[in-house]
Amino acid sequence: MTAPVAPGARSDVPFYLCLGLLGGLYVGLIVALLVADLAHTSFGDLARAFASPQIRAAVWLSLLSCSAAAIMSVWVAVPLGYLLSRTRFPGSAAVDVLLDVPIVLPPLVVGLSLLILFQTPPGAWFQRHVLPVTYAVAGVVVAQFAVSAAFAVRTMKVTFDGIDPRAEDIARTLGCSRAQAFWRVTLPEARRGVLTAFTLAWARALGEFGPILVFCGATRMRTEVLSTSVFLELSIGNLEAALAVSLLMIVVAVAVLVVTRAFGLRGTGLI
Amino acid sequence: MIAVEGLSIRQGGFALDGVSFAVPAGAYAVLMGRTGGGKTTVLEAVAGLRRPTAGRVVLAGLDVTGFPPAARNVGYVPQDAVLFKTMTVRENIAFALVVRGAPRAEVDARVSELADRLGVVGLLSRRAVGLSGGEAQRVALGRALAFRPPVLLLDEPLNALDEDTRDRLVELLRGLRRDGGLTVLHVTHNRAEADLLGDCRLRFEGGRITPAGDRA
Repeated sequence: MTAPVAPGARSDVPFYLCLGLLGGLYVGLIVALLVADLAHTSFGDLARAFASPQIRAAVWLSLLSCSAAAIMSVWVAVPLGYLLSRTRFPGSAAVDVLLDVPIVLPPLVVGLSLLILFQTPPGAWFQRHVLPVTYAVAGVVVAQFAVSAAFAVRTMKVTFDGIDPRAEDIARTLGCSRAQAFWRVTLPEARRGVLTAFTLAWARALGEFGPILVFCGATRMRTEVLSTSVFLELSIGNLEAALAVSLLMIVVAVAVLVVTRAFGLRGTGLI
Repeated sequence: MIAVEGLSIRQGGFALDGVSFAVPAGAYAVLMGRTGGGKTTVLEAVAGLRRPTAGRVVLAGLDVTGFPPAARNVGYVPQDAVLFKTMTVRENIAFALVVRGAPRAEVDARVSELADRLGVVGLLSRRAVGLSGGEAQRVALGRALAFRPPVLLLDEPLNALDEDTRDRLVELLRGLRRDGGLTVLHVTHNRAEADLLGDCRLRFEGGRITPAGDRA
């Protein structure tokens, strides 16, 4: 009598086939979305869209505002990510939860909250004496920063979590203060994380729409960014222009993802 | 000399209570004990990396308990070297001197001298990643010695090294002992290491550090 065949001796092909089929459905959906966009656009549509002064202004404003928002995001993300990763201060758990609020809040609510904040007495004072932001270009940057900074902070916390804190300890035994150990040892090790935080914040800012619409409006040639252009072109029935701008945003988003992965936070769960 | 008096440290569920011992100036002391017993914690307390809840650390007659690590002038070689990965081997060894603002010529001369002695001349331009265990330990030793500290703390420096590398490093450490002028506290769980290197042996057992007999 022969022994029964062990389950592990059977082929693994059906297992991988099931995984591939189920996972492939989603991959197929993404590819289908991109192909559909491409199929409905011609070079003529693209050329016409980019010849439009409104859309060119939106491209410039998007590039500038996203870069400003990303730089500001990194400025707050590096210290905050470091503090959350390395220290336990009173209220650190609350700060940690608070940082997820811009990520989970509906975008329109972020915009509405910004609008209300800058109508309060301190907000109104800021607008009068420092910088007008409501329905202004500066407001576009503020709206983008409000959300993208949260992603940058998460990226920097993961980055600092992955850096051995003992390297800083050793630097301190070798003569460094905590600040010197941070600048000389930890920050150079975190440089890839800083670049990734910048690119993710930039990409997030590019896709921001709801807060900008509520906080800054959608005034052509003034507070119009690329996501607003798609909305405005759609609202007047110009599907070709809306698609052309969408394609440009897709190209930029893919480029940012490629750059981000090249810098190497792949596998951290952030991208 | 190194004197630890009534040192108590609490960290999570781990606690050391009233640990005391002394290492005479210029001696090479080996602290033996079981893995996980708190030897590294004692070493880190001497280096200033752990804040004690009670007791004091005295180095060369000076109470340094409240001093930050940078002010203690202690060279520390951790168990797994912990080299600075974004720097070259040369930059690692030069680190303490550069931080102190030493002139370039002095830094270069000291790095060359140590690299020659530690046998890492060929590694100087390499980034400090992907080095073998022995290479990394030698670089970490050079980094700790560069600023000529009067006290050197070694945390299981010969652990997980192959026999040849281990023998070479033992010779190197014996050389340091022969040179004199340096007070060394070397932590290990290996009795053979203690016999080979220590002229003053300490045993860490049951939360107490006691002399385990000096070399004849």
